[in-house]
Amino acid sequence: MNERPLVLNEPGSFRVNRATLVDQEILELERRRVFDVCWIYVGHESELRSPGDFRTRTVCGRPVIFCRDSGNAVRVFLNTCRHRGAMVCREAEGNAKLYTCFYHGWSYDRDGRLDGVPGEKDYPPGFRKSDYGLAEPPRVESYRGFVFLNFDPDAVPLPDYLAGAKEYIDLVIDQSPSGQMEVIQGTQDYDIRANWKLLVENSFDDYHLLTTHSTWLDYLKNAGVKMQRPDREHLLPSHGVGKALGNGHATTDNVNFRGRPVAKWIPVYGEAAKPEIERIRSELVARLGEARAARVADTNRNLIVFPNLLLADGSSVTIRTFHPLAPDRMRVRAWALGPREETPSARAIRLDAFLTFYGPGGLATPDDVEALEMVQAGIAATHREVPWSVMSRGMAKTGEQLNSDELHLRAFWLQWEKLMRAERD
Amino acid sequence: MKKGKPARRVSAPARVTRAEVEELLYHEAALLDAWRLDEWLALLTDDACYEVPSNDRPDADPGDTLFTIADDIRRIRGRVTRLKDRNAHAESPRSRTRRMISNVRIVGRNGAEVGVEANFVVYRFRRDESVREYVGRYRYVLRAERGGLRIARRRAVLDAMELGSMGLVSFIL
Repeated sequence: MNERPLVLNEPGSFRVNRATLVDQEILELERRRVFDVCWIYVGHESELRSPGDFRTRTVCGRPVIFCRDSGNAVRVFLNTCRHRGAMVCREAEGNAKLYTCFYHGWSYDRDGRLDGVPGEKDYPPGFRKSDYGLAEPPRVESYRGFVFLNFDPDAVPLPDYLAGAKEYIDLVIDQSPSGQMEVIQGTQDYDIRANWKLLVENSFDDYHLLTTHSTWLDYLKNAGVKMQRPDREHLLPSHGVGKALGNGHATTDNVNFRGRPVAKWIPVYGEAAKPEIERIRSELVARLGEARAARVADTNRNLIVFPNLLLADGSSVTIRTFHPLAPDRMRVRAWALGPREETPSARAIRLDAFLTFYGPGGLATPDDVEALEMVQAGIAATHREVPWSVMSRGMAKTGEQLNSDELHLRAFWLQWEKLMRAERD
Repeated sequence: MKKGKPARRVSAPARVTRAEVEELLYHEAALLDAWRLDEWLALLTDDACYEVPSNDRPDADPGDTLFTIADDIRRIRGRVTRLKDRNAHAESPRSRTRRMISNVRIVGRNGAEVGVEANFVVYRFRRDESVREYVGRYRYVLRAERGGLRIARRRAVLDAMELGSMGLVSFIL
C-alpha cells in the first residue's frame, strides 16, 4: 500500500483513498500506528463508585478491567492471568475483593498485586509474587472524569493531547452545578458493518442531516418544533460551523434548534416539562452568567476526540466509542451522560430526548447506520475502479467553515494520514 | 390515526383465557410481520408504551436508565409514521420478519388488566444479509377496553448480552 497515497490534499481538492476503508493491511497498520499511540477512551470515573468496583470491557482489542483500587483510585488492568493467561475477571461489572483466575487459582487483590498462589512452595527459589501483578497499560490518565489509556509509554500527557478539545469537554461539564457529570446506567452496544472511520465522519457530518434524517426532522416538525427555512448561505435550519481543534480533534458548533435538556425547551418535551427546563436554565444563568449559560444551553456540539470517541452534546449528551473488528465491521458502545444532581423528572426528560434521535432504536441513528453500511457495500468491491472519495466542501472559503462543510472531517483524516505515515515499527 | 375495532370480544378480565391472549399475540405478530402498522396501532390503548431495554439492564425503568427503545404512545405513532415513509432508510427496503411466539402465560390479573409473558424468536432478513435472530421474552399488560382486549404495555426483553451482530432495532420488535 505504501506506493499509493492514502489522502490527497491539493489546492481545491481533498480526496480520501477508499482502500483505507477496505484494506486488511491498513487495519493492521492503524492498530499499531493510530490506536497504540493515541489516548483511547476507556470509561468514565462515575461508572465506578467504591473501592473494588469494576467493569470489564475491550479497548483496542485488549480485554481490560476498568476498576477502583483499594485506595479508590481508578485503575486499568489487562485482563489476563500472569500464570498461563486466562482472563481473571469474567463478569461484565461488579465489586471484587479479589480477581481470581479459576484455572489454577492465582488471585490478585484490588491493586492488581498477586495475592494467592496455590502450592507456592513448589516454585523455585527465585519466584517472587511481586513480579507477577496484573499488567497495566503504560499510561492511564483522566480529564474531567473521562479516563483514557495509552499503550505508548512516551505519549504526551493527556491534557496536551486533548489540545482544543478541552474547551468543548468543559462546555459539557458546565451543565452540572457541581461540575460532575455521570454516566447513566444502560449501555447501547451494537455492531455496524462498516469501517470505523466512516462513523467518525458521520458523527459530526451535518451535510447529511436533511437527506438522511428527513423523517426525524418531520417528527420534530409534527410535534411543533419551529425550524427556520435555511437562507441562501445555509443548508440547515440554524447556523453552525466546523472547527479543527488540533491533533485531529474536531467539532461542530451549532446554534441549537432541536432542544436541550440543559436547558432549551422544545414542544417534543411536553408542556409539563417546561417549568423544569426553565428552572435548570435559571440555575445555569445564576451560576455561569447569561453569556456562558447561553453558550452551554443554546449551542449543540458533536466533538470527535481523535481517533474514536464522540461526545455528542446535542438532543442529550452521548458518549460513543467504537473499535474496528475487521475492515468492514466495528463495535459501537454508547452511553448517556447527565449532571449528577439532576432531578428524577429532568433525568427522565434527558433520556427521552436521547431516544428520539440516538441509538439502535432511535428515530435517526438507524438511518446513519444504513448510510455507513451502504458506503461500505458500495466501495468494497469497486475501490480499485473508483478509488477516491471527495471531501473538499468549503475548501475555497476564507474564514469560518460551516458544519455542512468538511473542514472538520479533513482535520481527522490529515491526522490519521500523518500517523499512518510515521515510521514507528 | 385509524381506530380499528378490537380484535374480538373476549371474556371479562378476571376470566380471560390463555387461548384468548394467544389469539391476540398471534394476531399482533401477523400484523407486524405483514407491516400492517396502522392496524397494529389500533390494538394499542391510548396510553400504551413500547419498550426495549438495554441488554445490560433488562429489568430497569426507562425514567432512570438508558433503553434501546422507550416510546410513549406519541412516539409509537411517530415511529409508525416514520416507518411508513420511504425515507426511513434503515427500513427502506423493509426487513422481512417472521415471529415465533410461545410459552404464553398469564402472570397476573389486576382489575381490567391482565399481565402476560411470552417467549419470542424474531428472524429478520434484509437484502442479501444473513439472517439476524432476535431472541427474548415479551412482557405485556393487556387491558379490557371497549369490549375487547388491547395492549397497554409491551416490553421486548432480549436475551443477548449486547445487541452486537443484531445491529439495529429499526423495525417494531
